[in-house]
Amino acid sequence: MSAGIELENVVCDFGNFRAVDNVNVNIQPGEFFSFLGPSGCGKTTILRMISGFNEPTKGVIRIGGKDMRGQRPNQRPTALIFQNLALFPLMPIWENISFGLEVRGVDKATRRKRAEELLALVDLPDAADKMVSQLSGGQKQRVAIARALAVEPAVMLLDEPLSALDLKLRQHMRAELRAIQKRTGVTFIYITHDQGEALAMSDRVGVMSQGRLQQVANPRDIYNNPVNGFVASFVGENNILTGSVQNAADGMASFATPIGTFRARLVDGANGKPVKLYIRPEHVTLSEIPGKENSVPVTISDVAFEGNFIAVQAQTENGTTLVAELRNDGAATVPATGSKLHMTFDAQRSALLPDAVGGRG
Amino acid sequence: MQELLRRYGVGLTAAFIGLTAFWLLILVILPNVTLFESSFRPYLPVVDVGGPLDTYSLNNYMKVFGVPVDVSVLWMTFQVPVHIKIFFGTIYYSTLVTVITFLLAYPLAYYLAKVVSPKSLPTLFLLLFVPLWVSEILRSFAWFIILAFKGPLNALLLNIGLIDAPVRWISGYNSVIVGLVYTYVLFMVFPLYNAIQSLDTNQIEAAEDLGAPWWRIHQRVILPHAKPGIASGSVMVFMLCAGSLLVPTLLGSTSAQWFTQTIQQWMLEALDWNTGAAYAFMLLILCTVFVSVVMRIFRVKLSDIAK
Repeated sequence: MSAGIELENVVCDFGNFRAVDNVNVNIQPGEFFSFLGPSGCGKTTILRMISGFNEPTKGVIRIGGKDMRGQRPNQRPTALIFQNLALFPLMPIWENISFGLEVRGVDKATRRKRAEELLALVDLPDAADKMVSQLSGGQKQRVAIARALAVEPAVMLLDEPLSALDLKLRQHMRAELRAIQKRTGVTFIYITHDQGEALAMSDRVGVMSQGRLQQVANPRDIYNNPVNGFVASFVGENNILTGSVQNAADGMASFATPIGTFRARLVDGANGKPVKLYIRPEHVTLSEIPGKENSVPVTISDVAFEGNFIAVQAQTENGTTLVAELRNDGAATVPATGSKLHMTFDAQRSALLPDAVGGRG
Repeated sequence: MQELLRRYGVGLTAAFIGLTAFWLLILVILPNVTLFESSFRPYLPVVDVGGPLDTYSLNNYMKVFGVPVDVSVLWMTFQVPVHIKIFFGTIYYSTLVTVITFLLAYPLAYYLAKVVSPKSLPTLFLLLFVPLWVSEILRSFAWFIILAFKGPLNALLLNIGLIDAPVRWISGYNSVIVGLVYTYVLFMVFPLYNAIQSLDTNQIEAAEDLGAPWWRIHQRVILPHAKPGIASGSVMVFMLCAGSLLVPTLLGSTSAQWFTQTIQQWMLEALDWNTGAAYAFMLLILCTVFVSVVMRIFRVKLSDIAK
């Protein structure tokens, strides 16, 4: 039922503007795959190419092994959920859901039955005869999902469908979407600029910038082992230090910065390229005495108690601001503003990363 | 009112209200009331006006039932009063023109609203407007020349071999239909354009993504959304056609009479303003009734049209 998708050297130009630049990715049948990136990075263009509203300038898109060139959206085994959902306001809910069956010539009784089954699946049992305007944001969301599922697509494409919802509902719908995906086994391709969404829901995430796919990996690797500076800073927070590499060996290197020389992991393929040092705020410790290595004396300049963590801003002697996030386990001591401490970070968990892969052109 | 006073003071507020009242009362209501009143009075020599003969009656309205002529519909032949025949002809051909303008305007409006790139839109609108820079009389007269028996249209068709002998285009209501469609098609294009343009393009794409062929998308998504635009365009075109005098006068053949021409004959040729007024009110009221009935059939509300 569900199908895999291959993108092979896919390029999409709009006039002189290269929206998608040589993207290669192989999405497995039944996978929940997210394209994550800032607005304008080309992720929506990829989605529109898969659904058939845009044709790639170069390259091949295969769905279930079949080349999709020249196939219109109404001929592809995909169903797209639009950012604004695009429900039909003049039809009652059940006609919305069964529209795909209606155009396939299914009779009215079967359509009605199928619509009610799908409404039960998305947990919205009594809505069949309501109009779209009578539903709340989250309910409309479910109707859109049901409408897309009605045509039994091999691939579901979702274009930031949660962005219009409030935080609580968004978190609820995340779990819901994930559950529906597991239940139906359909391949989901999800577009988002929200890193939390992408990490929490996906089997794999593809991070995009400037039309290029920067990294494809499971959420843990995206966060823990970003391949470049763009991925590291788009997914999560960082202290970023500039400097120069000295004596690299065995995947580790010394890195000379204006606030001292530190040891950190040097990722594969970063050899020779200009790199920066990326340190996650939650990997930093603050202590009275300096650590063995990678320690720098700081003065605490600002403390914000956030509840589950404590955000600390600290200044080094030359005025560089560093950020630490201390987990609040219930007994954590909140450092006083103005106190002089040592900031230490683990060499294994700090990375020397090159900048993003290639710009547009 | 309070708000207006506070904002503009007594002088300006009085001027606003005075001008609006003048326009509404003196220029709109008063002439209509005068005409309405005179439509019930007989046409009398001046000396008898206001005398004992000057009484209210429905005689002027009853004149439409005079002078029967033969009318054939399919295989049946009826005796119908000539003015009633003209009236129904006017309604029938106005409806026909409305349908033709819709069939022409809908693809054009869709093309302008959803297909054409926004860059070339102003140029296309300009091209649509250019004919409006020429007066209606000249445009109708241009069609009179084009459609003439020895005119350019017949010459062209003869030259490319589409017809063997020249066609008499100006016969029956043909040329009136052509002229009315040409004159009023833009009144259909713009409401339709506005209606289609306000449709979220994602809905068209969603329908296509769900597997709908193009005609289904029009039938189920675009046409229902455009219904208020279709209604207001149709009402406008129909009313303008039924009330048009110029086009039928210039382009009508000897056998094509328009009801407005009958009114004009009462008013200007018979100099019987009273009967003319009665006929004018009949046209107004019956057209309004006809439009309301059609709107009821297509389930369009007045508030939809006002949008």
